[in-house]
Amino acid sequence: MGEINKQPGRLRAAPENFLSEAQIKDVAAGRRDFLRKSLFAAGAAGAALAAPKVVRAAEGDPNILENPPWTTSLGQPVATNPYGMPSKYESQLLRRESPGLARVGGASVSFCPLQGLFGIITPSGLHFERHHQGWHDIDPSKHRLMVNGSDDSLLKKAKVYTLDELMRLPSVSRIHFIECGANTGLEWGNVAVPTVQYTHGMISCSEFTGVPLKVLLEDCGVDYKKARYVLAEGADGSSMTRTIPMEMVESGEVFVAYGQNGEMLRPENGYPLRLVVPGVQGVSWVKWLRRIEVGDKPYATKDEAVHYIDLLPSGQHRQYSSIQEAKSVITTPSGGQTLLDKGFYNVSGLAWSGRGRIKQVDVSFDGGINWQTARLEGPVQNKALTRFNISWVWDGSPAILQSRAMDETGFVQPTYGQLRKVRGTKSIYHNNAIQSWKVIESGEVSNVQVL
Amino acid sequence: MFRFSKPLFVFALFFGSTVAIAFENYSGVGRAATPAEVKAWDIDVRPDFKGLPKGSGNVERGNELFEEKCASCHGSFGESNEVFTPLAGGTTKDDIKTGNVKGLSSGELPQRTTFTKVATISTVFDYVQRAMPWTSPKSLKPDEVYAILAYLLNLQEIVPADFVLSDKNIADVQKLLPNRNGMTTDHGLWPGAPAKKGGIGNGGKPDTANKACMKNCKPEVLIGSTLPEYARTAHGELADQYRSFGPVRGTRTLGPEAAKKAANAGTLELATKSGCMACHGMKSKIVGPGYSEVVARYQGQTDAESRLIAKVKAGGQGVWGSIPMPPNAHVKDEDITTLVKWILNGSK
Ligand code: HEC
Ligand code: HEC
Repeated sequence: MGEINKQPGRLRAAPENFLSEAQIKDVAAGRRDFLRKSLFAAGAAGAALAAPKVVRAAEGDPNILENPPWTTSLGQPVATNPYGMPSKYESQLLRRESPGLARVGGASVSFCPLQGLFGIITPSGLHFERHHQGWHDIDPSKHRLMVNGSDDSLLKKAKVYTLDELMRLPSVSRIHFIECGANTGLEWGNVAVPTVQYTHGMISCSEFTGVPLKVLLEDCGVDYKKARYVLAEGADGSSMTRTIPMEMVESGEVFVAYGQNGEMLRPENGYPLRLVVPGVQGVSWVKWLRRIEVGDKPYATKDEAVHYIDLLPSGQHRQYSSIQEAKSVITTPSGGQTLLDKGFYNVSGLAWSGRGRIKQVDVSFDGGINWQTARLEGPVQNKALTRFNISWVWDGSPAILQSRAMDETGFVQPTYGQLRKVRGTKSIYHNNAIQSWKVIESGEVSNVQVL
Repeated sequence: MFRFSKPLFVFALFFGSTVAIAFENYSGVGRAATPAEVKAWDIDVRPDFKGLPKGSGNVERGNELFEEKCASCHGSFGESNEVFTPLAGGTTKDDIKTGNVKGLSSGELPQRTTFTKVATISTVFDYVQRAMPWTSPKSLKPDEVYAILAYLLNLQEIVPADFVLSDKNIADVQKLLPNRNGMTTDHGLWPGAPAKKGGIGNGGKPDTANKACMKNCKPEVLIGSTLPEYARTAHGELADQYRSFGPVRGTRTLGPEAAKKAANAGTLELATKSGCMACHGMKSKIVGPGYSEVVARYQGQTDAESRLIAKVKAGGQGVWGSIPMPPNAHVKDEDITTLVKWILNGSK
């Protein structure tokens, strides 16, 4: 909080206003000679201003009193950046890897910088990445989607579709979150990482556009009575495969997406085609989707028989665990940040549930003893991120901030104590425990776990 | 009029006779897949071995193949932790009897390997066939996959050294996997029909039941764990990972000394982003030489930098073995220069 003087736009018009208690006593005692010094220091603190400006600062903010160059000169023409980029002042918010988590970049994760994002839509360039065998920028004119059956009796006709053809079909556009099953997995045993980017950044939310898988399966003459499972397969080196229940396809929820936030999917997110499986962990949203097989049994693929299985204290692993249960996290303020000052804050965060809509989010400032209900920014959507906000006046004393989501089924996000009681501490996947951020007197916020 | 009514009539007739079948409704969209196309892509192998190609391979051949195509990343015995978690190890003869890897519950297992987890050998066949070797997936023939699996199974002491694995006996081998009884589907996280209706799981019943208590919910706050000091700085300068304005600032976590280190981490990031780290380790060989091996080789050679820049750009083979480095045309010249300098300076 010693940094207040460095906050832009704060007026320091009269020296008396930024004197310490001790200095004010000095003034009262008639020792005024140091005032000249502090005036100079005030000037130096603000971008090394020359002395006359310091005097002007006493009249008001130089950013107001003197028009800046952008107000007094001609700006750049249209289409200078044919594909627009964020401001150069936004260079800090990037996808980042967690050092030591993976050994090779092609089988790794980059985390989404949730600590600086607003609302519920993730900018496509900041969408988290998880690749198993690197990513490619696939030529859409050479990409094909095949639909076939594990058995000829499950499907009348195996078919092949091009992007030209898929994009002629009736489309849907829906906003959904995608969360990696291992999100917050680093924290199963204890606090391990400093910021919300690394604790929760394997989640993103986009508007996806595409064709319900049901349309394609019916176009191929699927026999729903026999074909109760779908295998989705990617076109990358790993040819990622996952089993998806036919119930989710029949409901119309699952779709084959080409669009993301108004443009085509980004290559890192599966360009030109990926599966959208709302509410289910990201690994099932197969990227670079090249094949759909309908079958009568689950497939036990590598990423549902060796990984994405949840180790229990008994030594058993839960297999085919897919749904991302209700979860939430405060993003502002959050770990690795420092509050600038005492006073008013809009505490803001995200909530989501793989079982439907968020019904309520409660926030605690005392580590979970007392709770208040936050405002949900609507419209609240099905299996999408939901932004919540709540007002807080920080009085400068220590606090522990938590958020707790409840979804439309009435399920309430568990505490670490409750979750570990049933699932132990050795799992990697599906950690949806309540996140706690501790605020200390200096304003520094850090990651703690409350049981 | 006549010109138009005839096709219309035919249209009506067609629909009159095929009412209410969605099949083939989107005319002009999609075409039948040929049998050869389906065969080319439909390579998945299920736990009941549907999709398994015919073939066989023995342990000895598998050992050779593994040494040639897999050991650089996974270690000669599937034990390496360098590129990925180990494939082999961690199970006992007793586990093979019970079908439950005891180390998973006893806590004796330092790290879960592939064979401590997998309950279906079909999974390993399917995966190696579709995805390995990592840098040239789908290059193995079925007989080679059988041989490599035979070798891995022998390492795990599931089959003897003279074993021949084939499509005929693979189902019997599956019944010997040390963790074959280690999976449960009794949970609420399957989004389809429950087990009692022929599907999987308990029908979505959650395993925790928190309450939305609002006032005086507990007598005290129990802190389970706080951020360890080393973790505070392990992710670089947090002040640089948030905007320079707004309601908060990123906390300054590193001093100037550490910031320099972080800048080097930046080069590591560049190396990762440029794909170099997929094939090179800091110390040891993955596909290409470890960076410290490169340093040792070119110590004191003044022209090494320019030669290596050219080599990285164009790719090439023969200096470290017969495996080629592909051209790195996608990496900018200035980045290649940065990377080679960084490698020769000990990549610190
Ligand atoms: C260039 C390095 C490299 C080479 C060579 C390589 N692998 Fe891999 N392997 C990997 C990586 C990286 C993964 C993890 C992929 C992922 O995250 O999905 C992996 C995963 C595996 C797995 C799954 C392990 C698990 O527990 O999930 C098996 C099995 C495997 N490899 C076998 C092989 C075999 C057999 C060969 C040789 C034919 C081979 N690998 C060659 C890098 C390599
Ligand atoms: C697909 C694997 C692969 C990738 C990706 C790769 N390398 Fe290599 N690299 C190799 C192999 C294999 C060799 C050994 C070539 C030889 O024997 O001549 C090698 C050799 C080298 C050498 C030593 C060359 C010599 O002649 O002694 C340097 C330096 C090097 N690589 C740097 C890089 C950098 C920097 C990148 C990223 C821009 C990179 N490599 C990407 C596989 C790779």
